[in-house]
Amino acid sequence: MTSSAVTEQLGAGLRKHEDLTLLHEVSIATAGVSHLEMCIQCGSCGGSCPSAADMDHTPRMIFAMLRAGMRDDILRSNTPWVCVSCYHCVVRCPQLVHIPDVMYTLKGMAISANLFKDSNAPDFAQSFVGFVENFGRSFEFGLASRHYLKHYPLRLPGMANMGLGMLTSNRMNMLPKRIKNIEQLKLILSKAKTLELTS
Amino acid sequence: MNEYILYPGCSMEGSAKAYNDSLNMIKGILGIKLNEIDDWNCCGATEYVGLNLIPAYSLIARNLALAASQFPANSTVVAPCSACYLNLEKADYYMAERPSLGTKVNEALDAGGLHYTPGSVQIRHLLDVIINDVGLDAIKNKVKKPLSGLRVAPYLGCMVPRPDYQRRWSDFEQPTELDDVLKALGADVIEFPLKTSCCGGHMTQIGPETAYELIRRLVSTALEHKAHIMVTVCPMCQMNLDAYQSEANRYFGTNYHMPIVFFTQLMALAFGKNPSESGFGMELTSAKDALAHISSEVLPNTPNVQNKSEGLPMPSARLRKKPGK
Repeated sequence: MTSSAVTEQLGAGLRKHEDLTLLHEVSIATAGVSHLEMCIQCGSCGGSCPSAADMDHTPRMIFAMLRAGMRDDILRSNTPWVCVSCYHCVVRCPQLVHIPDVMYTLKGMAISANLFKDSNAPDFAQSFVGFVENFGRSFEFGLASRHYLKHYPLRLPGMANMGLGMLTSNRMNMLPKRIKNIEQLKLILSKAKTLELTS
Repeated sequence: MNEYILYPGCSMEGSAKAYNDSLNMIKGILGIKLNEIDDWNCCGATEYVGLNLIPAYSLIARNLALAASQFPANSTVVAPCSACYLNLEKADYYMAERPSLGTKVNEALDAGGLHYTPGSVQIRHLLDVIINDVGLDAIKNKVKKPLSGLRVAPYLGCMVPRPDYQRRWSDFEQPTELDDVLKALGADVIEFPLKTSCCGGHMTQIGPETAYELIRRLVSTALEHKAHIMVTVCPMCQMNLDAYQSEANRYFGTNYHMPIVFFTQLMALAFGKNPSESGFGMELTSAKDALAHISSEVLPNTPNVQNKSEGLPMPSARLRKKPGK
């Protein structure tokens, strides 16, 4: 678009010149071929979503906002965190957009930008990953106790029975298991942390 | 004897111990040999991918690389856990679909002396292997105690039939594989419309009210269809519906009691194992009363004669059954 046409549009009330930088940035940073650019705003995703009622924006709205370059609003939205990874939207999307994978990308961006104000969900992911990076295995007991103490102290009395049940039925290990070659895993992960998808 | 590479996943040693124990009971009976990947690591569940992409995929791919190098003669990795199954499958698929992802992941793996070429292994879920490689007839032949009288709701959850990159399942939303296995065990399988609806996933941890509603929908629908028990293939589904059912009850002021167990537990039971050998008793929402609905006794040890197929097409047993049962 020529700059005079842009000026004319902005003068006529358009608040922002269409800038696809954000859309491309998210698309490129998403695993696989995201097909994000192909969204036709049909709304099949939000209509299929079991947790849409609890989202600040439906997935369809998020994709329109990406196109509109509304970075901060998107990264403040709870939508990516409320996504339950059920893939109903994916199999119904006529444009084959990798919707949950786009949500994962947005979570990572929201943490880096530090715009999502509820620390609960990012904390859970970070604690989970912390155990995995140090032991090579997830550690349910450590994760649950840490998470509930920090974020749901009031739920603890109710959860005590369940925790006890998990322990007495031998379903929760009190100590984490460590893989043998944790050093190898750490080397792989620290190398991986220096890499990102840029093309 | 069918031989496979096994990726058990963390929950098999913890919250899904009943799945592990019952699988160990039935694998010999079904003629399945499972060789565990030595020194496998966590798949990252749904958490790591949301933090950092290349580390998340490298974490998954380490398992694929180990599987391919430890078992050059075998190429099928079996995962009993739905989230592990999807993560392994997804890493393999996306590393091929997006070569730059494959390159970066291998750059990271190289730091640990490993390499993975996408497509080197096939990733399959345990249920897929049981129904397609072992087969329904073989399963029927092993049944010693048909589960007649037990009304079961087949509940697959999300991550097995979706997104199904390799088109292994009969349908994205209403697949019939689990129904067929349970019918082969003689159980009375209900038409469960929510068989692939979400259990809440990680929302039980980070947004419990969202999860409670999803749990309530599943449990109440199973009850409306007069199920005695729900049967799943996924440790996350089992954990959410079993362990958080009382929390959901407290939240809604309801009084549901809908036990949920793994399909392998019912297989073990139908193959003549007793409930404690089959992993029963570990569930927090007890399945004891549900099991009392099984009306059959263990059949005497007679050679199993296959039923002749009926001459004319007949409505299925479920349709012929008198109402009110």
